[in-house]
Amino acid sequence: MSGAADTPVVGRGAAVMREIMSGGSTRAILSVVAGFIIGAIFMVFSSEEFLTAAQYLTSRPTDALSAAWTAIAEGYSALFRGSIYNYKADDIVAAFRPMTETLRFAGPLIASGLGIALAFRVGLFNIGASGQLLFGALWATWISTRVSLPWGVHLVVAMLVAILGAAAYGAIVGFLKARTGAHEVIVTIMLNYIAAGILTFFFRTPELLREVDGGGTPKSDAPAATAQLPLLLGPEFTLHAGFILAIVGVFVYWWLMERSTLGFRFRMVGHNADAARTAGINVERTFVLAMAASGAFVGLAAANQALGVQAGLTPDMDGTIGFDAITVALLGSSTAPGVLLAGLLFGAFKAGAPQMQVIGLSPEITGVVQGFIVLFIAAPPLVRAIFRLPPPQKTTVIADWWQKLTTKGDAK
Amino acid sequence: MSTVVTPGLFSQVDVSVSKKTPYLMAAFAVFVLVAFGFAGKTEIVAFQWSKEDDLIHLPDFLVASNIVGLVLGVTLVAIAVVSFVLAQRKQVTPMWLTLTFGLLAVVALLAWLASGNTLPFAFILGNAVVLAVPLALGAMGGIMSERVGVVNIAIEGQLLTGAFLAAVVGSLTDNLYLGLIVAMIGAALLSMVLAVFAIQYLVDQIIVGVVLNVLVLGITNFLYAQWLSSDGQNSNFPGTFPIIPIPGLSAIPIIGPALFEARITTYLAYLIIPALWFILFKTRLGLRARAVGEHPLAADTVGINVARTRFWWVTIGGLVAGLGGAALTIGAVGAFGRNMSGGQGFIALAVVILGRWHPLSAAAAALLFGFSIVLRIWANQVSPGIPTDFITIVPYVVTLIAVVGFVGRVRAPAADGQPYIKG
Repeated sequence: MSGAADTPVVGRGAAVMREIMSGGSTRAILSVVAGFIIGAIFMVFSSEEFLTAAQYLTSRPTDALSAAWTAIAEGYSALFRGSIYNYKADDIVAAFRPMTETLRFAGPLIASGLGIALAFRVGLFNIGASGQLLFGALWATWISTRVSLPWGVHLVVAMLVAILGAAAYGAIVGFLKARTGAHEVIVTIMLNYIAAGILTFFFRTPELLREVDGGGTPKSDAPAATAQLPLLLGPEFTLHAGFILAIVGVFVYWWLMERSTLGFRFRMVGHNADAARTAGINVERTFVLAMAASGAFVGLAAANQALGVQAGLTPDMDGTIGFDAITVALLGSSTAPGVLLAGLLFGAFKAGAPQMQVIGLSPEITGVVQGFIVLFIAAPPLVRAIFRLPPPQKTTVIADWWQKLTTKGDAK
Repeated sequence: MSTVVTPGLFSQVDVSVSKKTPYLMAAFAVFVLVAFGFAGKTEIVAFQWSKEDDLIHLPDFLVASNIVGLVLGVTLVAIAVVSFVLAQRKQVTPMWLTLTFGLLAVVALLAWLASGNTLPFAFILGNAVVLAVPLALGAMGGIMSERVGVVNIAIEGQLLTGAFLAAVVGSLTDNLYLGLIVAMIGAALLSMVLAVFAIQYLVDQIIVGVVLNVLVLGITNFLYAQWLSSDGQNSNFPGTFPIIPIPGLSAIPIIGPALFEARITTYLAYLIIPALWFILFKTRLGLRARAVGEHPLAADTVGINVARTRFWWVTIGGLVAGLGGAALTIGAVGAFGRNMSGGQGFIALAVVILGRWHPLSAAAAALLFGFSIVLRIWANQVSPGIPTDFITIVPYVVTLIAVVGFVGRVRAPAADGQPYIKG
């Protein structure tokens, strides 16, 4: 509370404005805007009409301009139709399906993004989401295809196994770091390849997890009906309970990091490991716990990938989730609401792909947008320079106000 | 995310000469002796030393698989004993001995896999070299960057940039040398971004590296899908550099055809690797660079410009990694493919560590990875029953073991990953 008293009194409104403009959310929003603008530039330069019109740019500049505009408008409206609401659809179900697709794609991104975000908060860089996901999914697949359990129990056990498997795989990283000082980045990269190898071996070997009557390619059976994540909106939509898992994950993450003692320890180690050690926190054990917790969130994504399908799984079931999770955590600045929103955004990018394909624009354009967004996010000085934002503020007007608002009832 | 402070990427607990290396070696040696020797297969292996058209044609060498296992197993046990004696005398096992150990173990595995078959040694070695070149060059870029204290996770992105630009510029201009140069410059520019963010803006180096990888992957994927895949004849059909045999050297039996009938990218790697070693360890320039990476404050005190040194070493490291990327396309298969580097940049990173930030050892480590890739492909063909997935993960397990400090002391440049703020 002393912050406000120490700062020289400038206009209160101006201070609030400057705090908002220099804050993380403004930067995140502007990074997204900048990413979309650069994506638009890529769309323009990959449009045939624009390139043709550009050849006689000096004689008829309006042609090029309108071609450019068409390219951008078509591209982003296709993304909108594919990810939010398809206003060209024939019936209401088809019109709303894109939104549910976005949620379906966002589920694993949010869950694994939370895992990476947790590690970030502890000062660890977990780029092993793909390995943790595969390792969790491996055991979940074992339960879902090789064990028969009653309805309800089967799904719960399979989910728990996914979470525990991924958590254990994450804990290995924390253990190795704590015991030997090996850096988690290298360890997680290697463990990603190792998990992929193990999973492929399991999916290739008939005695283990290979599809019954399967061929030579590594593939598992479809999860038993009792172990599948149930559909949320009926058979018309593919959205399944994996998204609920992710939302539950968001709440758990918020509680864990902002309210629990363990989360306090995590954050303390992340801020300053030496100070935490001096204060009596066992930093090594915190590393192991944090990586296990990080893996557990990734395990939610593992459950989503392994149990959210009605077909057999292949070893590439992790897709690009492992790396997308990093961008989700970065964009969401490692907070629960931030990760939720970032996951929804990147989920929308994935859901929009088919519609963009239809208009002849490669859906890979979202990869470009995504790449530039995280570039801007990772380099705050760059965004501040582009948008002429004020440098980080030391005033705490907003925080003070929030404090006052939330502790109104307390007697001083 | 600049608030996330990552400690030096490779900071290790300082282990004094431990006996982990000899114990680990002994375990491997006994395994080879038992599994490939005593319990090995008795069928004949035909070691094929030369290809049909070699100048000096050596006859195939026929030997029972388990005999090879026995001989090599005993040799490996001997090396383990030497390593043990060295550890007793508080000496670290030299890197070349560890690598010899690794290569002999690989040969034993080969002989076991090939029982009842021919083992095309020249073919395997030659392909391993071609596959190792991008890894080695990427690793050289990484070493240059990390020796001055900037962690380079972006090797993957640099390889991908190099591979893409080499193929596209090579096709459009019909000039592969121009493609090579543009590839190098493009990767160097990417490296420059890393340098500026890390040195000027003090952004977390690992995060910048990962972000650059995401960015390059996004851009090349898009351009590939939107442009190259539909206009491949024009823009993605570069061909490859011609294979130039070096007169004299290529006539050496066994290694001659494998090492000296290669493309220019491979020969450039042969030049760059020893040159980098020489510059780093034998010249004042290299001494200054290492000083900046080990103790920037001390370097600054004696008048070395830390920021400038870091900037140029990181940037020029990008040139070298870009060459590695070009080696993936116009130095090997020609056309660019989606996500062509496919994680090789991360393997190059592992190579840097396995090679202990030393150019020559790193080159040997890259060759080991090259072997493992060929091995996987070849083993699939000779004996489909072998769990190739496990052969695939062996190099990663080895790297993991090295990183957690079992294979002797692995120590990064002391200031690796730490920004230097002139105070």
